[in-house]
Amino acid sequence: MAGRLPYLKETPAQTAGPYVHIGLAPATAGLQPGGPQPGAEIAAPGVSGRRIRIEGTVLDADGAPVRDAVIEVWQADAAGRYPHPEDPRAHEVEPGFNGWGRVVPDLASGRFAFETIKPGPIPGPNGGSQAPHLTLWLVARGINIGLHTRLCFADEDAANAACPVLARIEPHRRPTLLAAPEQPGPPPVYRFDIHLAGPAETVFLDI
Amino acid sequence: MPGDFYPRDRAWHPPALAPAYKTSLARAPRRPLVALGQTLSETTGPVFGPSGIGPLDHDLLRNHAGDGPPIGERILVHGRVLDENARPVAGALIEVWQANAGGRYRHVNDGYLAPLDPNFGGWGRTLTDAEGAYVFRTVRPGPYPWPNGVNSWRPAHIHFSLLGHAFCQRLITQMYFEGDPLVPRCAIVNTLPDPAAVERLVAPLDLNAAEPFDALAYRFDIVLRGRRATPFENRPEGS
Repeated sequence: MAGRLPYLKETPAQTAGPYVHIGLAPATAGLQPGGPQPGAEIAAPGVSGRRIRIEGTVLDADGAPVRDAVIEVWQADAAGRYPHPEDPRAHEVEPGFNGWGRVVPDLASGRFAFETIKPGPIPGPNGGSQAPHLTLWLVARGINIGLHTRLCFADEDAANAACPVLARIEPHRRPTLLAAPEQPGPPPVYRFDIHLAGPAETVFLDI
Repeated sequence: MPGDFYPRDRAWHPPALAPAYKTSLARAPRRPLVALGQTLSETTGPVFGPSGIGPLDHDLLRNHAGDGPPIGERILVHGRVLDENARPVAGALIEVWQANAGGRYRHVNDGYLAPLDPNFGGWGRTLTDAEGAYVFRTVRPGPYPWPNGVNSWRPAHIHFSLLGHAFCQRLITQMYFEGDPLVPRCAIVNTLPDPAAVERLVAPLDLNAAEPFDALAYRFDIVLRGRRATPFENRPEGS
């Protein structure tokens, strides 16, 4: 017998179930606990950057819309800075930029839409730079552990081509992470559907 | 600056595809997760302060009460949030949701015949303190039927959502109650491959923490991912 290491094991995950809105988006469930819906605003109006709108649907293996998901967004500001103490440039982030949001697809149609500002390139490993991206996390009934993925922008060819993180994904699957410009706006609209399974299955990440 | 977070033990968590939990069939990714090294995007995350939390947010006995307290067994649920290095996670946002004592959720999509309780919302949130400790006051939720099989029942449970210090620590789970005979019969519980993992989600009765003549107590400690003390050195000399 060997000795025991002192580490604890992470608490195991369970599905968020169909009533996730009560906890994460109470107004959607019909509850009004006071105050705004948590994560309602990623970037307040007036925060520097190009305002954009992301629209899409979460789809299951049959291509049917998933109408009871909740998506969270975590992103940097237009200069690639996170409002977090470990970002050395956090003190430069403007007030009103939260970087975090909750996106609740419509309970009837499954369509979601949210506004934010387009993030800048983000410092990457070994002094490199990552393509502008949003970090996404998704839960729903039938999903046993939250799914992480990234949203990058199809109109950032040069930055995407140089991104060391995108480079680790098979080229034929990279388009599943690219939001496509759809309308010039304002604000410009990008389309980003998330395919949980099926031929166009989105790349999900072990981070 | 601390280093990377320890990799998630995917064999300990439920697999995406767990056929006995039927909904997972249409919603499970079939391809392997792509492993990426952690960057600032994964090791940072939203920071929450006490200003966003109301004084009754952690008290489900009172935060939706109209003319009196909700019906049901009054309980405290308390514990600590630690990381895998056994250090407290301070300032973690915990959000909970649950059915009422009859097993009914206050949600537009719940049509179970058990009645809503006008004095119970089933929603709460709190921040952990400097020691990682938290407490909620609530009623014990009821079990309820769900359409997985023809006679499937969820054990009594409380949903927990945790936001720690980094987005890669994000976790949602469910807490069950010691002694509930429905726990081993539940297809969602049984998505967990290891009985030791199930045990981690079953909160024991904690009589020492009960409030005499008020509420029983259950203890639920939670562990989020931990990280290396120092960055992994993968940079060339001198950079």
